[in-house]
Amino acid sequence: MAPSSGSTVAAVAAPLPRAEFQPGALAPYTGAARRRSRRVREAVIAGVLRVCAFSAVAGLLLIVVFVLREAMPVLFDAATRKEASLRAYFATSMWQPVGDIPKYGILPLLVGTLKVVVAAMTFAIPVGVMAAVFASEFAPARIREMLKPAVEMLAGIPSVVLGFFALIVMASWVQSVTGAHSRLNAVNAGLALGLGIIPTIFTVSEDALRAVPRSYREASLALGASRWATAWHVTLPAAGAGVAAGILLGLARAVGETMIVLMASGNAAIVSGDLLDSVRTLSASIAAELAEVVVGSPHYSTLFFLGAVLFAATFIINVFAGLFVERLRKRLAGA
Amino acid sequence: MVTDTPTADPMPPTAASPPPSAVADAVAAATRPGPAMLSVTDFSLSYGAHPALKHVTLEVPPHSVTAIIGPSGCGKSTLLRAFNRMNDLIPGVRTEGAIRVAELDVRTADVVELRRRVGMVFQRPNPFPKSIYENVAFGLRMLGLRDRGELEARVEASLRHAALWDEVRDRLGRSALQLSGGQQQRLCIARCLAVEPEVILMDEPASALDPTATARIEELVMDLKTTYTILVVTHNMQQAARISDRTAFLLSGELIEHDETGRLFTSPRQKLTEDYITGRFG
Amino acid sequence: MTTEAIGTLLRPLTKTLGRDWAGKSLQWLTALAALLIVAMVAVILGHIAWFGAPTLTWEFLSTAPRQGMTAGGIFPAIFGTAALVIIMVVALIPFGVGAAIYLHEYARPDAWFTRAIRFSVNNLAGVPSIVFGLFGLGFFIQFLGRNIDRAMGLDVVWGQPALIWAALTLALLNLPVVIVTAEEALRTVPREMREASLALGATRWQTIRNVLLPQAMPGILTGAILSVARGAGEVAPILFTGAAYYLPYLPTRPTDQFMELGYHIYVLSTQSPDIDATKPLLYGTVMVLLLLTMLLNLTAILLRSRMRARLAGRT
Repeated sequence: MAPSSGSTVAAVAAPLPRAEFQPGALAPYTGAARRRSRRVREAVIAGVLRVCAFSAVAGLLLIVVFVLREAMPVLFDAATRKEASLRAYFATSMWQPVGDIPKYGILPLLVGTLKVVVAAMTFAIPVGVMAAVFASEFAPARIREMLKPAVEMLAGIPSVVLGFFALIVMASWVQSVTGAHSRLNAVNAGLALGLGIIPTIFTVSEDALRAVPRSYREASLALGASRWATAWHVTLPAAGAGVAAGILLGLARAVGETMIVLMASGNAAIVSGDLLDSVRTLSASIAAELAEVVVGSPHYSTLFFLGAVLFAATFIINVFAGLFVERLRKRLAGA
Repeated sequence: MVTDTPTADPMPPTAASPPPSAVADAVAAATRPGPAMLSVTDFSLSYGAHPALKHVTLEVPPHSVTAIIGPSGCGKSTLLRAFNRMNDLIPGVRTEGAIRVAELDVRTADVVELRRRVGMVFQRPNPFPKSIYENVAFGLRMLGLRDRGELEARVEASLRHAALWDEVRDRLGRSALQLSGGQQQRLCIARCLAVEPEVILMDEPASALDPTATARIEELVMDLKTTYTILVVTHNMQQAARISDRTAFLLSGELIEHDETGRLFTSPRQKLTEDYITGRFG
Repeated sequence: MTTEAIGTLLRPLTKTLGRDWAGKSLQWLTALAALLIVAMVAVILGHIAWFGAPTLTWEFLSTAPRQGMTAGGIFPAIFGTAALVIIMVVALIPFGVGAAIYLHEYARPDAWFTRAIRFSVNNLAGVPSIVFGLFGLGFFIQFLGRNIDRAMGLDVVWGQPALIWAALTLALLNLPVVIVTAEEALRTVPREMREASLALGATRWQTIRNVLLPQAMPGILTGAILSVARGAGEVAPILFTGAAYYLPYLPTRPTDQFMELGYHIYVLSTQSPDIDATKPLLYGTVMVLLLLTMLLNLTAILLRSRMRARLAGRT
């Protein structure tokens, strides 16, 4: 194109009294060598970005591999299994890994985790879901604008602070109200834990409720139903899958949470049905005992095994939550 | 489908697949080292299963303004974007046939270099949220130009060429978003001119602008054609009649007629063209 | 219990008190739930502020603890937290933003690699924080650290709890947050910007670097700030990867251990020999940590709302 543009410039120069540039002077920037180096640079950058993206996959894989690696002896190593094995975990109902005769019965830990999670969910589900219904269906705009920051602030409180509050302040209050004989118990930890997961349940449920098309509500109101009836019989069921997802996500967090239960539950490995007894959860056991354990010992491998169990449990719950999110998306998209 | 080469046979009343001889003629014309700046040869494009362009054959001479008209959805923008491979941004695009820009085969050329040589102005002005100066200098910086003196000279030249210099010379450092719609569009043209393209593609460049700004853009287009080859997609037939040397009429992805503007609007050869021009369908 | 069941139970009351009693009361119940949340937040924050604010003196923030954590200040914990978070961010942002750029610009939606990344991001976000602690111990310390020591002929330098391992563990924990917010930020950049840049002959990376990233910066910053807030607050991952209760020195090398605000709260609360004597220091530490995380979260929220307002005003 260069040759012809030369003649064009001559033709242009006459009629147009404007500043000209010299066409073709950009050639050093557009030559083949430049193009090749540019292509190489682009390929290198694309490769670097791909490595960055892979870091997420690598991270997850590494967690699985290395947690399992330290837990493997429990399943495969004869020396470890003499002391700590799957059979040993269920052979006794006492958890006493430090002692003359180590006992690795995990039943107390499972019961403890269950009690705390039940207490937390019993508190968090009604409060979280109902507050979400309030925010989405009944609250005037100004109140909603105050409620959302409050929930965000609650979400921003680190769990160690919630644990501190439960330990120092709430435990005495709970004890005086319920007359429990242990100051730190499942109810105490459950309340604090519930506080910690309310933001999750609230936010996801509120999003789901707001995603329900206006036409649903308008149709119901037009038929003469009151606002509360519309909310309970129409909107909430329509957002059901989303609310279920929020609850499941909260459940996963509750099962895996460590600091709150470590500080507020009493850490006594007891098997009982009383929620006002002190409890020891899986997560708290790991946190409390790993500092003192000998690397490579059966106790060490057991703690990693418990970690793998926690990982698997929360993973399964999250998968179910994801399924519910899918169902919600499909249902609302089809509407 | 009609090519430029006149024939003695009566024209078929409806658009049909081009007879093999017409395609062969077009291919021969395209590969001749001749005056054609752009040539499209039996070009088809589909988004997945949905065909958007069907067997389009077209030649565009250099230093001309060619208008592409047709009802909405007929494939005007798709055809325009085929010249600088902006359709590649849409996943699932498949093409057949050939397009040549100067000596480049669009499909095999280095796409970055192709897009420098074939500039584009969009329907809604889309200046970057940077200063006026940085907008015009953007393409040059991407090429690797660093010398401040040269950058300043080229920015001024481009702004003059786009008839915007006098209005912005005192505020080059201000944000481009503060300009009016018409000024922003001229800025986008200046930005495009800075990297010295040979072809300028304009996708309804004035449809988002008021009449005064539109008139200025049209005047600018007619000025620019002495240096560049310009393709303008427009839904405004009066505009096409005003500014273009040649006009191509597209309908449902097919090129119905392509001729000198004056002749196409006064005595169109195809009935479909006549129907469209007289407003029998939108 | 369905509303019908409640209604049936309350029908005798309804007859006397008026028709919509059951429904209205349920409506008030939801308001009560919302009020309960606000009240509890106020109580917790208020209580901590009440007891913690008086202890926030300059001396408290700038000196080290003395007399068995009953006097002095918590400067080492503040320093340690800052060092931890800075290393975390430096390691985290390139990978997180790079992954987000890849997902937004380069990834094909159906490719197995893309799906693997999204699966990993979603599931990393759900891993319990104590499992991250186990990972830090099992991978960084026992595997990576030990091998580095072996390769360098050292005794035990890298193969033990250290600032760098704790920071890298936290970086992995916060990776999903940064990837998700950065990708969301990239998505807010209008398509026309990208098209304009490419149509001028800019390459993909040039478009990303000169057009997309600058415009996505507020969102990326939000993700970074949120990750810092979480990194400062999470204790479980650093329990065995580097945090210590009392150190007579400040961490200056990546292999040093460090004091940290959250860890300090945990130990003071649960293992202090004289809890009442230590309470002032404890409340002060909680106050500092709360102020830090609240401030960071507030900044992130403000940034995000300003970004959303800009987006809305533009369309």
